[in-house]
Amino acid sequence: MTTELGHFALILAFMVSIFQMIVPLVGAHRGNSAWMAVADPAAATQFFLTAFSFAVLTWAFVTSDFSLNLVTANSHTDKPMLYKITGVWGNHEGSLLLWVLILTLFGACASWFGGNLPPTLKARVLAVQSSVAAAFFAFILFTSNPFTRLAVPPMNGQDLNPLLQDPGLAFHPPFLYLGYVGLSMAFSFAVAALIEGRVDAAWGRWVRPWTLAAWLFLTIGIGLGSWWAYYELGWGGFWFWDPVENASLMPWLIAAALLHSAIVVEKREALKSWTILLAILAFGFSLIGTFIVRSGVLTSVHAFANDPERGVFILMILCFFMGGALLLFALRAGAMEAKGVFSTISRESGLVLNNLLLAVSTFVVFIGTIWPLVIEMFTDRTVSVGPPFFNMAFTPFALAMAVAMPLGGMLAWKRAKIDRAVMQLIPALFLAIAAGLLVWAVYSGRSALAPLGIALSVWLVAGSLLDLWSRTGRGALAGRFGRLWRLPRADWGKATAHAGVGLTMFGVAALTGYQLEDIRVAEPGQPYQVGAYEIELLSVAQNVQGPNYISTMAHVAVRDGQGRQIALLHPEKRIYPVAGMPTTEAGIDSGWTRDVYLALGDPQPSGGWALRTWIKPFANWIWGGTIIMALGGLLSLSDRRYRVAAGAAKAPGAPAREVPAE
Amino acid sequence: MSAWFKSWRSAVILAAALMMASAPLPAVAVQPDEVLADTALEERARDISAGLRCVVCRNESIDQSNAEIARDLRLLVRERLVAGDSDDDVMRYIVERYGEYVLMRPTMTGSNILLWLAPLALILAGGGLSLAYIRRRAGAQAPAEAALSPEEEARLQAILKE
Repeated sequence: MTTELGHFALILAFMVSIFQMIVPLVGAHRGNSAWMAVADPAAATQFFLTAFSFAVLTWAFVTSDFSLNLVTANSHTDKPMLYKITGVWGNHEGSLLLWVLILTLFGACASWFGGNLPPTLKARVLAVQSSVAAAFFAFILFTSNPFTRLAVPPMNGQDLNPLLQDPGLAFHPPFLYLGYVGLSMAFSFAVAALIEGRVDAAWGRWVRPWTLAAWLFLTIGIGLGSWWAYYELGWGGFWFWDPVENASLMPWLIAAALLHSAIVVEKREALKSWTILLAILAFGFSLIGTFIVRSGVLTSVHAFANDPERGVFILMILCFFMGGALLLFALRAGAMEAKGVFSTISRESGLVLNNLLLAVSTFVVFIGTIWPLVIEMFTDRTVSVGPPFFNMAFTPFALAMAVAMPLGGMLAWKRAKIDRAVMQLIPALFLAIAAGLLVWAVYSGRSALAPLGIALSVWLVAGSLLDLWSRTGRGALAGRFGRLWRLPRADWGKATAHAGVGLTMFGVAALTGYQLEDIRVAEPGQPYQVGAYEIELLSVAQNVQGPNYISTMAHVAVRDGQGRQIALLHPEKRIYPVAGMPTTEAGIDSGWTRDVYLALGDPQPSGGWALRTWIKPFANWIWGGTIIMALGGLLSLSDRRYRVAAGAAKAPGAPAREVPAE
Repeated sequence: MSAWFKSWRSAVILAAALMMASAPLPAVAVQPDEVLADTALEERARDISAGLRCVVCRNESIDQSNAEIARDLRLLVRERLVAGDSDDDVMRYIVERYGEYVLMRPTMTGSNILLWLAPLALILAGGGLSLAYIRRRAGAQAPAEAALSPEEEARLQAILKE
């Protein structure tokens, strides 16, 4: 019965979304404030209805209601409770329901916290947001209904894909969706501004927090996914250039470009039409990502539940929203004249360079990702585009961004002197060169890229700190420290996020340049040396019973140079009998400077077990840097000017803008 | 003599592995018995394997894949290297049998040239546009203060009086 109520709530939410898509828009056009105001309760209603529907589906998973097709196909009574819940979005239908839940949540938030928006802009934003929701409600109800019943419920379910039964992957989709869908807000603001025909500094300020939030969630989501791949896929890779990974990287890059160009709109009223275009493209890439994952046109490790009919539906949604928005852009963008004037060397130019590099690298990833499709469509060849291409094509952009980032961040608005910025960065430059040379001299790695990457990461981190320090002005040290703490959170956010990029780069450079690998048949009781560590396979326990799997578990001792044991690791191979699928669980001893990473292979006919050992230097820094980046986003999001702007609506006439955080 | 022994041994192990293949345990990519004694040769084999796609997998190289066919290909690569083939020879040998689909790094031939030129073309086009934009902004006259609407002017005065 509750299932039918959940289904019904979803249909009602669809109706509300259609209503909210039309009425406020007409109201804004005619200047009818009652019609415009209807958007607020509609947005809230839509959210609550969807949340109810989602709760019903979750309840069905929790109670293992196998009369639901979806629960039967993706759950099992033996599955731990955590994965019963995360199983709700571990499948196509449920993950789409989560998608619209987040979409309507963002719409409701725009309504609740958008008190300072001009009423027409707010009505239009909510209407556009609702049109996206309507499209996805239709998609769910017509092609992917999660509430389909089975005539004859089975005794038990078919279990969730074992790869998804993992804490890293359990929370990876919600974060990723918060990011993808968060960009719909930027899209709605962009389209609303185009309809309105007005983009000013205030618009830049309103759109930035949403973009920042979306970017920050995407950062966490991508980080979680990469971390999961590292420990779960069994050989410690952190990025595969898989189509699905690229699908999340593209919106992330564009969102990064957008949140920088929105600063230019906010502070200098330039780059307006470009920012609008970025906002449209950012959501476009989110939709493309959804299309890639859901249609399965590009085969990948993680595409599940794919179906051509659904792919076509998403493609139609994509074409409608991108086509419509870009058409509107073509008609209206000319009206957005820029006001700010700036010289060739200025912060504005630095941010243009940032946007250029981020946007072009996004398109390079995009072209590489869809290339196999394009080639198959127009020629009779079938080609693959794998990591070697992406590494070659993307790395130069990453390096160029790293070189430019501290410099650009140091430049003054309007008119800057490049030599002054360089002078302030000289300590960072020396540190970077020293670090690069040191690494190059100590290790003879195979690639010169690793020392370069390490030098650049030092440049980034030191540059970010110097940037922050340079903002404290001159004078006594104590005074400068005092001012350091009082700097706007946006400054702290910027320095933190940029330093985070440096830390991630450091981890990537160290790991790819200097990891050690050892593959051998390990005999129990016979220690051997890998790098500075001694590894000994103690024993292998077979048929270890887990909650819903059977494991072959090795016990391996890791000792340091003096023979002291530093870790006892348990690499495993599991079999999930219900799903009939094996997985590997690596045994990892994580540390600040290195991970010792063990993967268990097969028993050998000659006795002993295949055992792979890696020493992965600074692996954790990759995800540590990601967390720091996200933290930077959070700091920036909590900046006073966004809170002040929210309060300003209640006191008209008061200066809404404080002194620019410069 | 020892090379002969080695290849004989690996053939036995391969046969044993094939017999065990019915058991659904995953192998973890490169197996110890595949590793060549010659480290330089093994390193080349690893590099080549990382550039070859496992045809039955989803976007995995044969170096990472646990599939049987990936293992066969890894052994084939090593066999060719031991026979004295250059890296290019091995690649050519595999592509002749499995098609260019197995190449992780697309060739720079035919329409693929477009793919390889794309990054350069995009950065040049984008760079040109950006430069033009910056030049135009640098040359533009500030419409700034004069462009305040009467309403904004009044508000500015109000702020200044505070």
